Amino acid sequence: MHRFDLAIVGAGPAGMAAAREAAEAGLKVALVDEQPRAGGQIYRNVGQAAQTYGAQLGKEYLRGVPLVEGIDHEAITHFSGHSVWAIEKGQLALNSPDGARQIGARCVLLATGAIERPMPVPGWTLPGVMGAGAAQIMLKQSGLAVENAVLVGSGPLLHLVAVQLLRAGAPPVALVETRQRRDSRRALLMWRLMLRAGRYIQRSLADLNELRNAGVPRHMACADVALLGERRVDTVSFSSGGRRQELSCDAALLHHGVVPHVQASRAAGVPHIWSDKIQAHVPVCDSWGRTEVPRVWVAGDGAWIGGARAAELSGRIAGLAIAHDLGFVHSPERDRRTSGWIEERDFELSLRPLIEKAFPPYAAALAPADNVTVCRCEEISAGEVRQAVRDGATGINHVKVSTRAGMGRCQGRMCAAALARIVVRESDAKIDEIGTLNARPPIKPVTLGALAGMRREAEGSEDD
Amino acid sequence: MKPGLRLKSLTPDAPLVEVQFGGEALMLPEGDNLAAALLAAGIDGFRQTPYQGVARAPYCMMGICFDCLLEVDGVSQQSCMVQVRAGMDLRPARQRREGPYASL
Amino acid sequence: MDADFAIVGGGIVGLSVALGLLDAGQGVVVLDGSDADPKASRGNFGLIWLQGKGVHQPRYARWSKESADLWPGFAARLKETSGVDVGLRQDGGLDLHFNDDSLADAVTEHEALQAELGAEYPFEVLTPETLSIEEPEVGPKVAAAILHHGDGHVDPLALIKALSAAVVARGGRIIGATAVTDVAARGAADAGFRLTCADGAEIQAAKVVLAAGLGSAQLGPGLGFAAPLRPERGQILITEKLPPLIRRPSLIARQDRAGGIQIGATNEDVGMDRRVTLDGMAKLAAEAVDAYPVLARAQVLRAWGALRVMSPDGLPIYQESPTCPGAFLISCHSGVTLAAVHAMSLPSWLLRRDSAPDLEVFGETRFAA
Repeated sequence: MHRFDLAIVGAGPAGMAAAREAAEAGLKVALVDEQPRAGGQIYRNVGQAAQTYGAQLGKEYLRGVPLVEGIDHEAITHFSGHSVWAIEKGQLALNSPDGARQIGARCVLLATGAIERPMPVPGWTLPGVMGAGAAQIMLKQSGLAVENAVLVGSGPLLHLVAVQLLRAGAPPVALVETRQRRDSRRALLMWRLMLRAGRYIQRSLADLNELRNAGVPRHMACADVALLGERRVDTVSFSSGGRRQELSCDAALLHHGVVPHVQASRAAGVPHIWSDKIQAHVPVCDSWGRTEVPRVWVAGDGAWIGGARAAELSGRIAGLAIAHDLGFVHSPERDRRTSGWIEERDFELSLRPLIEKAFPPYAAALAPADNVTVCRCEEISAGEVRQAVRDGATGINHVKVSTRAGMGRCQGRMCAAALARIVVRESDAKIDEIGTLNARPPIKPVTLGALAGMRREAEGSEDD
Repeated sequence: MKPGLRLKSLTPDAPLVEVQFGGEALMLPEGDNLAAALLAAGIDGFRQTPYQGVARAPYCMMGICFDCLLEVDGVSQQSCMVQVRAGMDLRPARQRREGPYASL
Repeated sequence: MDADFAIVGGGIVGLSVALGLLDAGQGVVVLDGSDADPKASRGNFGLIWLQGKGVHQPRYARWSKESADLWPGFAARLKETSGVDVGLRQDGGLDLHFNDDSLADAVTEHEALQAELGAEYPFEVLTPETLSIEEPEVGPKVAAAILHHGDGHVDPLALIKALSAAVVARGGRIIGATAVTDVAARGAADAGFRLTCADGAEIQAAKVVLAAGLGSAQLGPGLGFAAPLRPERGQILITEKLPPLIRRPSLIARQDRAGGIQIGATNEDVGMDRRVTLDGMAKLAAEAVDAYPVLARAQVLRAWGALRVMSPDGLPIYQESPTCPGAFLISCHSGVTLAAVHAMSLPSWLLRRDSAPDLEVFGETRFAA
C-alpha cells in the first residue's frame, strides 16, 4: 500500500491549493479526483480549454490555470480518474477502471466542492432538463453549447451561464427568474456590503448588460414553474406578473444556488449541522478546516459555500495547518503565512449574505408539491414522503426505510435536503431532531469484482 | 422522433472513433466526455427508471445524479464520468422492473 | 391503564407480537426507539430459514417449521390488513458448499434433524449438474448445495411497514422515537406496570413485553430477567438492481424483488460498533463472486452493519418474569422466520391460555448452570 502524509479528495481550487502548500512544506501528498484532469467544476478542463475557447468562458475561469500548474510538483501524486469510495482511519479506498486499491494517509482533507442545489419542480426528471451548471460543464469540458434553452431559477450562475452560451453562439430563449422583487430590495438595504462587493457586482451588471444588448428576455418574479413535454421537455410554463406564460424550448437549465457536497464528509463520520442560510447540512469544522474526527479536515465549498477564491484560500490555509499538525511547520510560520489568507478568505465569506439575500432559492422547490418526484433514483414523490410522516415515521432514516427515498444509487445526494425539509414541516420536529441520512459506504459504487480483487490482493501479499 | 438536445460544438474538428450504442455503430469524438458526446450525437434516452420505466438523460454532468447511467462494456457507470474510447460497447443500464421473476 | 399490554420495542418481533395480541382482543401500545438505536430489524437479511436450525434443540426446529408453514397465510393477511405486500417468496433456499468436507458435515446435521422431524424436514443435496439447472449462475467453485424446500425470503423493510400499518389498523398504538428508561411493577401483584420514557412520559399497562432487542439486556434485570444478550455484527452489501440472476436465496446472496442483490453477512464480535469495514466488504464480495461469478460486474451501491441479538446458545428466549408476573421477555435473532408464529401462536402463551405452545425449553433457566 502506498503511504502519504496527506490525501486530498477533490482537485478543485481548494484541493489544488492545499496540495501545493502541503507539498511545499514537505508533505508527501496524494491528490485524488474523479475527473481525468484537475480543475474541479469551476476550473473544469481549464488546462486544455484555456488554449481554445477559454476566452468565451471569461477571465475568472482562466484564474484556474496557475492552480493547475501548481500541482505539477514532485511531492504530489495526482490520482486522476479515481473515485474515493471509503474513508477509514489512516486509509482511503480508491476505485478506477483499473480496479480498487487502498492508499495510506496520515491525514485526509476533503475538498469535495459544491453541487447545484437540486431543484425539484414538476417535470424536472424529463430528458432535456439539466442543471445550468451541467450546461456550463459541457461547455468547459467538451466545447458544447446547449442551444434553444430556457434558464430557470435564481443566482449569479444563471446569468453567467446565459452569457457564456450567448458568447458561444447559442443565445438562450429566455431567463425565467424566480427571485421576487422584495429580494432585490432586501439586497439593496445591504449597501455597505454592496460597496465591498464592487468587483462581483460590476461583473454581474456587465453580464446583465450583455444579455440585454443581445435581446435575451428576462422574466422576473416568476412562480408556478413547470417543465412540460411528452418524452422530453419542450415547454417551460410559469406565471409572472399575474399571467401564465409558456415558452417553447429544446432544453431547460435549472439553477437556484449551490450547496456543499458532503457525501464524503458524512461517510467519514464528520458531524454535520443544518444551515438555514444554505438550506443544507454542512460539516462542523474550525476556522482551519479541522473537523471533530481526528485527522479528517475539510476545505472549500464542501465545508462552507464561499466561491472559488474563498475555496482556494481555505485550501491553502488547511494545507499549511495540516503541515503544522504533522510537524512540518512551526506555528509562528503557519500563523505568519496564513494571516493574510485568512483575512482575504473572511472578506470573501463576508460577502455571501448579499448573494443569499439577492438570490434566494426558489421557494416552491424547497417545498415541492405532492406530485413532484423528490428521489430521482427510487422515483419517490414528495407526497409519498409526507404520507410516510403521517403514518408515523419520526426521523429522516425512518422515512428512508419506509419509502426507499434516499436509498438509490445517488445515496440521497439529490434528495436529502428535500426529505429533511419535508419531515420537519410535516412533523413539527426541529431539523436537528430528525437526524441526517446514514451515509453508507461505498461513497461511489464499486463492483463486487473490484472489491473481491482487493481481498485477493490482501491474501496474496502481506506487503505493507 | 424529435431529436434530443441541440448542441453547438466549438471544436467541430475533433477526431472521431466508432463505438456501439445499443448494437448500432456511432461515431464520437475520441477522449470526449461520453455523456456529452452522446447528447451531441442526439441520444436522449440513457437509463430507464426501475419502476416507471421512463427514460432519463444526464442532469448534473458531474457524477452526482446517476441519470446518465449506461452499461459500458458490461458494467453500469455514470457516462458523464467516462471518456470516449474506440470500440466501447454501450447499452442503456439493465435495471429490472418490479414484478415476478422472469425465470420462475 | 393505557393498555392491556405495553410492548417495548417496535421492531419485527415487537410488532408481530403486538399484532397477535390485537387479534386476540387485547389493547396494545408499542413503544419504539429512535433512528439512532441499533434496530436489527432494519438491517437484517430477510430470510425465512429452516435449514440447520435446531441441530441441538429439536424444539427450535419445530417452532421454526411451524412459523414457516404459517407464513403464506400470514403474508396474505398482512396484505389484506395493511395493503402492503411483503414480497414473500418461499420456494426453497440453498446452502452452497465450496468443498466436500463442509458439505458432509452439513448433511450429517440435516440427517439428524430429518430423523427427528421426518417429512417435516424436506431437504435434498444438489449436485453440480442439478445445481446448474436449478441455479444457473452458480459457479464452478461451488461443489454442491443443500436445498431445503421450506426456506424463503421477504422484504424486511416492507415487513416492518406492513406490521406497523396492520397494528395501527387493528387499533394498536405505536409511539415512536421514544426511549423507555425504566419498567417497574406498580407495587401490589397484578397491579400492572409503569413504563418511564426518557422525555418523562409514563405509560401504565397491565402487562409488559420486552422485545427491545439488545435494549432488553438493559431493561431486563430490573424485572427479574437475566437477559444475557450480546451483539454480533453482520455486514451486508447490496448491489444495483439487476435482471433476474438468482432464483433461490442462499446464505451468501439473495435477489430482492426490485432486482438488487443482497450479500451477507459477516459474524463479528465487536460490541455495539455498527460500522462497515473494508475488510468485511471485501470478504463478502470475494465469497459472492466465488459463488456467483456473474456478480463480478455488479456495482455495490451500499453496505451497512447491523447487530444480531444473540443469546448464549443462539436460541430464542421466551420467559415470564419469575419475580414480576405479567412481564415477559421475548428475544430472538430470527425475527423474520418467527414472525408468523409470534403473531399467531405466541399470544396464547402470553395470555396463559390452554392452547399455549410449550416453550419451556426456551426459558431462562437453561442459562442458570
